[in-house]
Amino acid sequence: MATAEAVKVTTQVYRVYIKASAQSVWEAITKPEWTERFGYGGRAEYDLRPGGVYRGHSSPEMCAGGAPPVAVDGEVIEVDPPRKLVQTWRMVMDPGMAAEGFTRLTYEIQEGKDGVSRLTVTHDLAGAPKLAAMVAGDLESMGAGGGWSWVLSDLKSVIETGRRMAEA
Amino acid sequence: MTDDDRVFKALADPTRRFLLDQLFARDGRTLTELESELEMSRFGVMKHLRLLEDAGLVVTRRSGREKLHFLNPVPIRLIHDRWTHKFRERQTSALADLKHQLEAKSWQRQKQSK
Repeated sequence: MATAEAVKVTTQVYRVYIKASAQSVWEAITKPEWTERFGYGGRAEYDLRPGGVYRGHSSPEMCAGGAPPVAVDGEVIEVDPPRKLVQTWRMVMDPGMAAEGFTRLTYEIQEGKDGVSRLTVTHDLAGAPKLAAMVAGDLESMGAGGGWSWVLSDLKSVIETGRRMAEA
Repeated sequence: MTDDDRVFKALADPTRRFLLDQLFARDGRTLTELESELEMSRFGVMKHLRLLEDAGLVVTRRSGREKLHFLNPVPIRLIHDRWTHKFRERQTSALADLKHQLEAKSWQRQKQSK
């Protein structure tokens, strides 16, 4: 028990079921014309090969608020479309979070028999307590968005209904 | 049963809420750690964890030989989003802020009048 207490788990796991093919979910995560429609609303730029560049661009709304053009950067580690995407992920928009460095993010998509896909997001946040608070949604009242549960709930809404939650 | 039914059913039990509270305080625990907080047989705790997993509120991951349990807040978020829109949420939080401010003031006044 003592060792279990000593090892602080800094991983966050989120799961959502979406009535769509694994391919649709994959595209919603990796294609900018999809990523600008949910969550923080920025366009994603992926070079989908190991070592490829990832950039999460700021949405027009964020830019108007003074955010830099690129909000998140990282590197693609593993690509297995439409099942698995592993990448590094660093929030560069906030200097405190940028200083925490790169974290590791894994998307896993499993398509079921009934046309429902299971999306699991595993975010390894070792050494990044500020970012961990943000992606857990703790800073939502400060206008930093609701983190992964908000993003994934919105992603589900956009794929299944074509509309964001706020518009639903 | 719909997904929502499973979530409400899972949340209706105090032991299962306690398990979620434990994971909220510290995520990624093993069955052994979770059952050490409860006066219940291992089978009982496993049954509760299975119901939480079926409802999507707990997600398990393997880490070496251990099975770690993580709290997944997305189903609760989906229920939340169903009845509150962002626009309304802002109004509700404005009202909550006002309530806190007024209560803080009246409390200060009470203190001063003493």
